[in-house]
Amino acid sequence: MEPVNAIELRGVTKRFGEVVANDNVSLAVRKGEILSILGENGSGKTTLMNMLSGIYFPDEGEIVVNGKTVTIRSPKDSFALGIGMIHQHFKLIPILTAAENIILGLTGKGRLNLKQIENEIRALTEQYGFELDPTQKIYDMSVSQKQTVEIVKVLYRGADILILDEPTAVLTPQETEKLFAVLRNMRMAGKSIIIITHKLNEVLELSDRVAVLRKGKYIATVETAGATVESLTEMMVGEKVKLDINRTEPAGVEKRIEMRGVTCRNKEGLKVLKEASFTAYSGEILGVAGISGSGQKELLESIAGLQPIESGEILYDSPEGKTEKISSMKAEEIKELGIALSFVPEDRLGMGLVASMDLTDNMMIRSYKEGGRFFADRKAPKKLAEEIVDKLEVVTPGVETPVSRLSGGNVQKILVGREIAGNPTVLMVAYPVRGLDINSSYTIYNLLNEQKEKGVAVICVGEDLDVLLELCDKILVLNSGRIAGVVDARETTKEKLGLMMTGSGEEKQANE
Amino acid sequence: MNLLMTFIQKAIGQGVAILFGATGEIVTEKSGNLNLGIPGIMYMGGIAGLMGAFFYENGKENPNGFVGFLIAILCTLAASAFGGLIYSFLTITLRANQNVVGLSLTTFGVGFGNFFGGSISKLAGGVGQISVQTTAAAFRAKIPVLSEIPVLGDLLFSYGFLTYLSVVAAICMTWFLKRTRSGLNLRAVGESPATADAAGINVSRYKYIATVTGAAIAGLGGLYFVMEYLGGTWSNNGFGDRGWLAIALVILALWNPARAIWGSFLFGGLYILYIYLPGLSRATQELCKMLPYVVTIIVLIITSKRNKQENQPPASLGNAYFREER
Amino acid sequence: MSKEVKEPLVRMTKRDTIGTAKAWGIRLAAVLLSLVVAGLVIVAITKQNPIQVYLGIVDGAVGTNRRAWVTVRETLVLLCIAIGLTPAFKMKFWNIGAEGQILMGGTATAALMIYAGDAFPNWLLLVLIFIASAAAGLIWGLIPAVFKAYFNTNETLFTLMLNYVAMQIVTFCIVFWENPAGSNTVGIIGAAGQKGWFPSLFGNIYGLNVVIVLILTLGMYIYMKYSKQGYEIAVVGESQNTARYAGINVKRVIIRTMMISGGICGLAGSLIVSGASHTISTSTAGGRGFTAIIVAWMSKFNPFAMILVSAFLVFMQQGAIQVASQFGLNENASDIITGILLFFLIGCEFFINYKLELRKNRKEGK
Repeated sequence: MEPVNAIELRGVTKRFGEVVANDNVSLAVRKGEILSILGENGSGKTTLMNMLSGIYFPDEGEIVVNGKTVTIRSPKDSFALGIGMIHQHFKLIPILTAAENIILGLTGKGRLNLKQIENEIRALTEQYGFELDPTQKIYDMSVSQKQTVEIVKVLYRGADILILDEPTAVLTPQETEKLFAVLRNMRMAGKSIIIITHKLNEVLELSDRVAVLRKGKYIATVETAGATVESLTEMMVGEKVKLDINRTEPAGVEKRIEMRGVTCRNKEGLKVLKEASFTAYSGEILGVAGISGSGQKELLESIAGLQPIESGEILYDSPEGKTEKISSMKAEEIKELGIALSFVPEDRLGMGLVASMDLTDNMMIRSYKEGGRFFADRKAPKKLAEEIVDKLEVVTPGVETPVSRLSGGNVQKILVGREIAGNPTVLMVAYPVRGLDINSSYTIYNLLNEQKEKGVAVICVGEDLDVLLELCDKILVLNSGRIAGVVDARETTKEKLGLMMTGSGEEKQANE
Repeated sequence: MNLLMTFIQKAIGQGVAILFGATGEIVTEKSGNLNLGIPGIMYMGGIAGLMGAFFYENGKENPNGFVGFLIAILCTLAASAFGGLIYSFLTITLRANQNVVGLSLTTFGVGFGNFFGGSISKLAGGVGQISVQTTAAAFRAKIPVLSEIPVLGDLLFSYGFLTYLSVVAAICMTWFLKRTRSGLNLRAVGESPATADAAGINVSRYKYIATVTGAAIAGLGGLYFVMEYLGGTWSNNGFGDRGWLAIALVILALWNPARAIWGSFLFGGLYILYIYLPGLSRATQELCKMLPYVVTIIVLIITSKRNKQENQPPASLGNAYFREER
Repeated sequence: MSKEVKEPLVRMTKRDTIGTAKAWGIRLAAVLLSLVVAGLVIVAITKQNPIQVYLGIVDGAVGTNRRAWVTVRETLVLLCIAIGLTPAFKMKFWNIGAEGQILMGGTATAALMIYAGDAFPNWLLLVLIFIASAAAGLIWGLIPAVFKAYFNTNETLFTLMLNYVAMQIVTFCIVFWENPAGSNTVGIIGAAGQKGWFPSLFGNIYGLNVVIVLILTLGMYIYMKYSKQGYEIAVVGESQNTARYAGINVKRVIIRTMMISGGICGLAGSLIVSGASHTISTSTAGGRGFTAIIVAWMSKFNPFAMILVSAFLVFMQQGAIQVASQFGLNENASDIITGILLFFLIGCEFFINYKLELRKNRKEGK
């Protein structure tokens, strides 16, 4: 008899050092269905799928594909079984064309006949309704074009089982709709599709069944038809959690940071922030919403003195009433003026902290210049590290442990704790709860609120609109480098924000 | 006119060894391995070919040049590939730092070459410097008939087999990298091993094969030097720093072996320019010898200023790859 | 259906931590293994009893008082260069130009010995030599650093090329300094009055070498571990992004650190010329600029570990030179031995960082 399940996982366990990423997970994917794998960040979804795509090898358990127990040692084994994975971080090579990326690693005639391959790709894209130029180089492509290349890549290899890891995280709603249409076409063509996500509305809209993971453990699989947002949330987080972030009314509101018509370019010379003007006030949390890569990073970094700006100016109004122009200043110059700017960057271990250094040395990133001329003071930073560990309940063997050994939540606590310890007047945080569990997230929300009540101007870039709506006082919306507007977080709705983020209120400006 | 002709011929003669080295290094670097052991490998290749021919000629009453020729090439390929294998094992399998391994390999290789070059005849029970005239003559044989053509013959057809092989190898490698599936896969490995791995390419195998092949090609540069250039003998440290120039040439050629062809002749020309420039004193001659290095530095600075995507070094150059790294 | 779980034969995983004792145990095993392999190579060439050969190495390295002091002297030079390279490499600046920096320092030293040998009292001359040699090396380190800081020019190749420019500068100088004329060598400088030579200290001709290098070693240890600048170097080396975030002027740190690095390497040049060989040639650095990189790298930039590693390498080299001459072979044998030792020492780090797991033959009960 033909097996009904395309894939079955039985008791799969994967550990990384002492961390158990997947604990005895068993689940099945039927042929010709779209299965959502739902779970919070860090619940082990991606790790689990990476074992199907041959990136990781399970420590325990077995994998059954089309009724046969298989061993997937490498991505090659995975392809051979008809499994194709579209990773969240695209695995494409920028200097090669779409067609070259698509045929990478395939066996075939030693001599390349790119013309013929490009025609085959065109035929395939027409069949499913993609738009793609096979001769275009990847570095010239938009995010959604790159995703298309990834999907065409696995289809070209004849995959019957497609795994998509958070495919909509980087897409606009319109692009998401297009993607879903294509995925439905594929289901009709008999392909099995697994989509990893933590967005409930997408789950309900697209999938036939939902499998839920929580903290590395498999919870259950349910039919989408019978599921609701509430029931899925409950399965996902374990208990019914209302996002109940305590929000106080702003007090002592005064101008702190003024940005006037700031434009800046990234390394490739593209304008990433266009004529941005806004004001951040003390005693308020200003949220920044936008599709990823809309200029959030540059907005914060230009204030922090890490991103040169092309035009415009940035002013700092001190609590004492003095106004300083801080645009075109470097981080150290701003600090020398006595302005206490704190910044929790998105790239925690690549910018905010040094992964290989211990907690004490990481505290010194902010304070090493203090004290004598020659020798660096390590006593005060050590004390600070101990205080943060104590106060924020950081799980670590000690302050001599390199931060790379800590889990994501603990790393973030260290970073936020250090930035707050500087008694800032402006606190900027980028994606403060990305990858954190619920408890750590609330610790961070509370810390931000504490700062706001102290009269700090808090600027918080986030991706989860629900959180921004409950946490912030105002929300600034970025739309491809422009500020689409600043709205009152108490009044607005998710739909409105979504529209502002993606709306084409103005013509898209090509060629800048 | 005559002087210019000699200069061009000599410049090409100087360039060949560098071209072999650069072609080998490009193939290696395309896999993401920066092999600073190439200078050592070229010494190993040179001495191995020489030793092979030496033992063959010593053992035979009437040595045949062609057999010696084959033996020398085989010995060179084996020894230099072995050097590449040491590098590959340490950097790919054991994930050691590429620069440190490369420098150690150069120490080893140069020592290997000079040691055997200096004592091989003594070890074999003979005296004096070794010399393999029959084999060297085979390496130095010009193309018959064509080399008789006036001017053109001298300019194009008056070289030994390895000179032509160096150009052919560079063109073949360019074609391989650009026009074949394996070449595409190799470039992918050097750009992003994680991506290549996810695409089902066996990263370690590509790195091994590219590094060992690259080393073997580079080794021929050493063989060229002892056979065609020196005429079948050894001079301690005679090969000098041509191996490092080969690594410099990779940058000048922007990782394209075909461009390395004219680049190597340019380097060769600069290397010997001091002999042909009139009116130089001994002291200024020494300063003139700086030219190839100074030119490389200038090119290095210019390329670091421009940033065309295709002209950059392979993105993963210098890094080890471990799939389960988190 | 088979229940057997197939796994790759050997799997490797990254170790979280490893005990110091175990780590050194692995290194010791690697040294022993390398001695065995090197021994086999020597035996294959010399056809001698390996025990005899190793005794010959020990004899060559420390067999007589003079030999032992030569070993010490060479260790100090290698150590000094490694110390100089430490800050650069800690910053992940691949300064493979120590050869050139040494040569420039050596040239400055020789110039002073030749032209100012009679003009100053010896102590003042030595002070001038230290200043000049450090300055010469410093300039040679500064050039690539400036281009690295402002244009991000690849420093590995830049410093490498500068080595050869320095070599040509030496040959250029030899034209003027050669003695006797036509020999193309400089010969012993100041043999008569020993002008600019290191004086004996504590009754030993290499006393001053010991003092200088040990001060440098200790100083570098303190500088890297406790100073603000040392901290800046470590941050820049780990992540330039973080450094900018921390308000560190990355360009200034790169330039300053390379000045220190080049300066110490230049000083090593004076140690060689003024403190040992009393002459200058293109082989004055003799590849030690490269070997020192390996010393610094393998010691994980710990100056005290560097003493050990450089002593070991020099011991083997000096021993091998002795053995080679004993059997009428040329001295390049020592490079082969060094190479083999290095391969093993480099390779063994893998077993310290990674753990191998053989396939377990699991039995599954039902």
